[in-house]
Amino acid sequence: MFYISMFFQYVAQYMKTRLEYRADLIVEIFSDLLFQAVNLIFILVVFDHTEFLNGWSRDEIIFIYGFFLVPFALFSSFFNIWDFNERYIVKGELDRILTRPIHSLFQIILERMELESLFGAVTGLAVMFYAGSRLGLEVSWTDPLLFVVFVLGGVLVYAGIFVMIACISFWADARTSIMPMMYNIGNYGRYPVDIYNNVIRFVLTWILPFAFVGVYPAAYFLGRDEWYGYSFLTPVIGLVFFSLSVFIWNEGVKRYRGAGN
Amino acid sequence: MDKYIEMIRIRFLMMLAYRTNYYTGILIYSINIGAYYFLWNAIYGGKSEIEGLSAVQMTTYVAVAWMARAFYFNNIDREMATEIKEGKVAVELIRPYSYLGMKTMQGLGEGIFRLFFFSVPGMVIVALLFPMEFSADAATWGFFAISIVLSFFINTQLNLLTGITTFFLYNNTGLIRAKRVLIDLFSGLLLPISFFPGWAQEFMRFLPFQGISYIPSMIFTNGFTGSQAVEGLMLQAVWVLILVIPIQVLWVIAKKQLIIQGG
Repeated sequence: MFYISMFFQYVAQYMKTRLEYRADLIVEIFSDLLFQAVNLIFILVVFDHTEFLNGWSRDEIIFIYGFFLVPFALFSSFFNIWDFNERYIVKGELDRILTRPIHSLFQIILERMELESLFGAVTGLAVMFYAGSRLGLEVSWTDPLLFVVFVLGGVLVYAGIFVMIACISFWADARTSIMPMMYNIGNYGRYPVDIYNNVIRFVLTWILPFAFVGVYPAAYFLGRDEWYGYSFLTPVIGLVFFSLSVFIWNEGVKRYRGAGN
Repeated sequence: MDKYIEMIRIRFLMMLAYRTNYYTGILIYSINIGAYYFLWNAIYGGKSEIEGLSAVQMTTYVAVAWMARAFYFNNIDREMATEIKEGKVAVELIRPYSYLGMKTMQGLGEGIFRLFFFSVPGMVIVALLFPMEFSADAATWGFFAISIVLSFFINTQLNLLTGITTFFLYNNTGLIRAKRVLIDLFSGLLLPISFFPGWAQEFMRFLPFQGISYIPSMIFTNGFTGSQAVEGLMLQAVWVLILVIPIQVLWVIAKKQLIIQGG
């Protein structure tokens, strides 16, 4: 209960700070839309030159992208921890966090929220419905439920990976430029993983399981039954990775000794 | 002049101190390029060429575009935004150097570091893993070298422009992000400009972005040769000159209405 009321207090505070710089807020929402558009343009331009991508049609690829945007939007809103090392370790902000009676990771999530990224989920749904209607996909009553479960699984996968990367800071005392680059890798989960060779497919499935954020769950809605097994693994992988990351985080916090001064 | 060279040196050494995480960076860049390799192979799907580039040329294009990015890419816009927001810029302005010149040199120090510790070793690894085509022609390498220096300047000038806007907008994280996304698309990093539909190419011809990634990568893959390459370099040089104007104008106005928001 305490955590929930804390959450809403932070949201209220967040709104106030955001509305202070209104022009920037609008630009930021616009820049998110732009980012989503760029990826869509990539797909559209590519399909100007080819009919199928290893047997997947343009609309199927667009559908996968639309699905991907939803968990990605939730992830970017609540797990905006890419500058964790600089902000919390190097500048010693973590000291302040640790003196408070809420779980440290939860508190950092609250502090770094970027709620305007949630607009991405709206775009994602729109893209999905557009592609879905062109493909003539039928919606059954279980689909919305499964959709929610798969989206949450995807968010946990993303969150787990990025929390683990943030944890590196507890052990290695260096600035990490890994996170921004990891965003690029995350994009590959949006494409049918059977176009990659087995090594990359293995990495995207079991090591950096980004495929569970896009193509595997989307395959279920596209009726690609050969991948249903993977689709239903999505929440499992999400829970496993996220639990693991929280465990590593707790271990890391125990090791943390604070910055110089 | 000495002090600017000193800036490059200091930034280079600073980067050197944190070099360990660059090794993982090379690995991640390689995976990134590798994934593009398979994506493009699927796109080619047996076609021998698309828009004048063969599949091998395309892989080379992607690899070079990303490795060149390590050289021209820098975060000086974000650094400027922080310095302006925190009020540190006031101190910078009374120091005996040009603030913008100093930022450019810091970016250059960073770029030189990444070129030697990131791009070159990364390129070797990627070339071992994926089929690529390197030109044996010295002129191509010469043109490419000039071209990426010019890319650095165009990109840095755009960063300076974005950085200066902090004076007017106070908080411009959104703008910085939008600029980055636009550059990735319009510079030809994600897709060669020749792949776009005609009307879009026509539009992009009038923008400075293609000078950042498309021109150097095309020169390197021999997509541009001879007079086309020279034309590309000229275009880049013209943009470097043109961009000086808005930077100077905005800088003069910015200094006049400087508001320190704290610090």
